[in-house]
Amino acid sequence: MAQTLYDKLMSAHVVHEESGTSLIYIDRQLIHEVTSPQAFEGLAIAGRKPWRIDASLAVPDHNVPTTERSSGVSGIEDPISKLQIETLDKNCKTFGINEITMNDVRQGIVHVVGPEQGATLPGMSIVCGDSHTSTHGALGALAFGIGTSEVEHVLATGCLWQSKSKNLKIEVNGALNEYVSAKDVALYIIGKIGTAGGTGYAIEFAGDTIESLSIEGRMTLCNMAIEAGARVGMVAVDDKTIEYVKGRPLAPTNDAWDKAVKYWNTLHSDEGAHFDKVINFDAKDIKSQVTWGTSPEMVISIDGMVPDPTKETDAVKAESIRNALNYIHLKANTPINTVSIDKVFIGSCTNSRIEDLRIAAQVTKGKYIADNIKLALVVPGSGLIKAQAEKEGLDKVFTDAGFEWREAGCSMCLAMNADKLEAGERCASTSNRNFEGRQGQGSFTHLVSPAIAASSAIAGHFSKVK
Amino acid sequence: MQAFTTLTSISMPLDRANIDTDAIIPKQFLKSIKRSGFGPNLFDEWRYLDHGEVGMDNSKRPLNKDFVLNNPEYQGAQILLTRENFGCGSSREHAPWALEDYGFRVIIAPSFADIFYNNCFKNGILPIVQSNEVMDKLFAFNGKISIDLDAQTINANNKTYSFEVDAERKRRLMNGLDDIGLTLQYKDDIKAFEKGYFKTYSWL
Repeated sequence: MAQTLYDKLMSAHVVHEESGTSLIYIDRQLIHEVTSPQAFEGLAIAGRKPWRIDASLAVPDHNVPTTERSSGVSGIEDPISKLQIETLDKNCKTFGINEITMNDVRQGIVHVVGPEQGATLPGMSIVCGDSHTSTHGALGALAFGIGTSEVEHVLATGCLWQSKSKNLKIEVNGALNEYVSAKDVALYIIGKIGTAGGTGYAIEFAGDTIESLSIEGRMTLCNMAIEAGARVGMVAVDDKTIEYVKGRPLAPTNDAWDKAVKYWNTLHSDEGAHFDKVINFDAKDIKSQVTWGTSPEMVISIDGMVPDPTKETDAVKAESIRNALNYIHLKANTPINTVSIDKVFIGSCTNSRIEDLRIAAQVTKGKYIADNIKLALVVPGSGLIKAQAEKEGLDKVFTDAGFEWREAGCSMCLAMNADKLEAGERCASTSNRNFEGRQGQGSFTHLVSPAIAASSAIAGHFSKVK
Repeated sequence: MQAFTTLTSISMPLDRANIDTDAIIPKQFLKSIKRSGFGPNLFDEWRYLDHGEVGMDNSKRPLNKDFVLNNPEYQGAQILLTRENFGCGSSREHAPWALEDYGFRVIIAPSFADIFYNNCFKNGILPIVQSNEVMDKLFAFNGKISIDLDAQTINANNKTYSFEVDAERKRRLMNGLDDIGLTLQYKDDIKAFEKGYFKTYSWL
């Protein structure tokens, strides 16, 4: 029977099945410092050991400082952040788990590090105590975020109970407009289907627009699947996927490589496979996007206007618009490109990869950030990306333009470290969530692509690339 | 995990859609390495007028009197009524930990985000889905509501509404079963699976 990619990935991992729920085998568990301490504590209390030590890879990312860190973990100023990272280090040591520690050049955001190291391979089942685990689906893997109880469960048993999601295919076709990126495609889709549009579904992104995206771009798109409510986002394996994986430190080699590639080439939905739902979009309709409110679905194109709640017929939606405008201090019908900003953040597991930094640098080159910009941050997704960018001279482009060039980590995406917005500050951010208080209590987040973040930093307000 | 069978309690009406887990428990409280003590910071940014940080004496902080959690009428409520897509965003299990620590055992909404819904069952919280029409009736009713998990019913204002719940999740919640202990009963199946699996996918 013709199967979808999701069906294939699920059925390859079923250990045991009963009444609609399956015990599925987990190939890879990625671990960071925020959602793991209670899981390790649970293991220790019960006297349990990790089922398969090789399955796990840990890296601290949420709390790490992005400023100078030569004095290591002991030099972290915030004692609570420090304790959380020390706890990860200690737990990995105690349980024998492979950890890339804070001062290792390979350190970075867990969803950037996994694929970069080849810890993420096509066909794998991958979990992490982080909703943006959907990112790894870009390589044709089954990847999703879990809570801490399940982190403990996977550590202890190597498996997880799962009921099957429904299949949703989102097809995008056509050539993308100039400076329109995977981020804009993601925001546009979320704007159309809503933040609960993918709830209960695993999304497969398909169509020639998706095929034309780089693996980095596909990761940006799958990363945002969770913002549409879907725990799983995927793209079928193609030559680009295989080319991306080849030579990564944890990728197979020689005969094992050939055998793996043969299997990976089967990781696509079969002709005629049944999807519970199919949604089509035309790439030519997608312009650069900016969120105006407090949910990723509250999004317009860069030449659009802030919506008017009095024009909304659905009462719940109208109330949401009012709440959002009230929080974010914007008036209905304001052209978004007239709204000035205070800070700019280029980074996060959504947009901190080399291609993101290249496009932002290309837009920035030879210009300087506007006078009203208090801080413009570039935070690479990993130490290796940072090194690559420096090799290409991108750091110089940014610092010459007035940006700060930082060490790798989650940084201002969720502001668990020292990088945060003050109340009342407005930020153009390449991250994934614009919820109330996400980047600092009482602050205003607007999600954009790296190109728009850079052009807005130069203009001092939201601006398309000029 | 604590078992859940029946509950009778007043409800707290939080009439808002798309409440995300960042709102349920803001990130600064995620730095804790413990599993308990999140209740006083549940809905922190809406509940207090000042900026909350770890280690503050929450009893001394200025309350936002307009927020429903601070309304004397609803103190002691163990049932939370809310709107669509509750618990969207981050997978942080600190969100159900905070709700449970505060005292909520049941959340009734028209829909929940997937990861949050799943996390509730791991923490003795019963999330119940009801239509918008029923939600409107529950929001309008001020008295005590009774929940019976075995019968899968809600009783409110002399009316009975039924709800759906996955049979296996129900069994585990009603008996307060330890998930890991249950899974380890399949130890031999897992080992047998691994044998075949690593033979087929030998590069892993």
